[in-house]
Amino acid sequence: MKRSFLLALFLVSGGLHAETPGQILQHYASEAGKTQPGFTASAQRGERLYRQAFSIAEGMPACTSCHTDAPTRTGQHAITGKRIQPLAVAANSERFTEPAKVEKWFGRNCREIIGRPCTASEKADFIAFMSEVR
Amino acid sequence: MKKLCCLLLLGLTLPAWADRLPLPPDTPASYPAECGSCHLAYPPALLAAEHWKRITDTLNRHFGSDASVPAATRQEIAGFLLRHGGNPARIGSAGEPPRITTSAAFQRKHREIDPAFWRDQRVHSAANCEACHTQAAQGRFSEHDIAIRELRH
Repeated sequence: MKRSFLLALFLVSGGLHAETPGQILQHYASEAGKTQPGFTASAQRGERLYRQAFSIAEGMPACTSCHTDAPTRTGQHAITGKRIQPLAVAANSERFTEPAKVEKWFGRNCREIIGRPCTASEKADFIAFMSEVR
Repeated sequence: MKKLCCLLLLGLTLPAWADRLPLPPDTPASYPAECGSCHLAYPPALLAAEHWKRITDTLNRHFGSDASVPAATRQEIAGFLLRHGGNPARIGSAGEPPRITTSAAFQRKHREIDPAFWRDQRVHSAANCEACHTQAAQGRFSEHDIAIRELRH
């Protein structure tokens, strides 16, 4: 009984936190679909967003400033110099698996680098690119 | 004789203590999660409680970044940092806003470092402890663990 209770608890807590990048992408894509009927995520648009220089934050014009031109590589924080694990799913299987963490970093980094919150469609495109890039 | 032994033992262990700053056992999970992504989850003893209070009170303007966290998380992290802040007399002034790297203690410890090394691509910033102290994440700051050969003493 105790064991099955623990198993149930594990499944519930696991279900709340761990998802695949595809599931998280799908969540943003269906949110985007509410305002843009027929929306499909695009890795090409995601890549454009990733590489675009917004030049809002001093010393950090684009996503690439910290995550490098090749998101499969280890990055380096533009200000502090700390190593940042690769953003691409192919190089780092932990990326885009915790919905709360994904939402937190879109929240922080979009405000800081783009100067505004990202839309659901941009988030879906971004994850599509990070899931495909090799 | 016994006293001498104790003194000798103390002399041998003290420098090692000063180099070992592991995160305390009661470190909340939120501390490395929220503060350890952009920089090392710094050992709280590197600044005094009053400095940590200034920092955790102004997270929305955190050295050029908005590092705000939810109120309950901020309270948890601030409580932890204030509880484990270092000795104010040893740390000395840390500037305004307070920074570990401008504290008197940090400056004293790093006075032999050529300023050019702070700008070296491998180091990038004085805030990047791990560039030289390879075991910093485990709280080890011994001079013997320094990764950049030219900086070893």
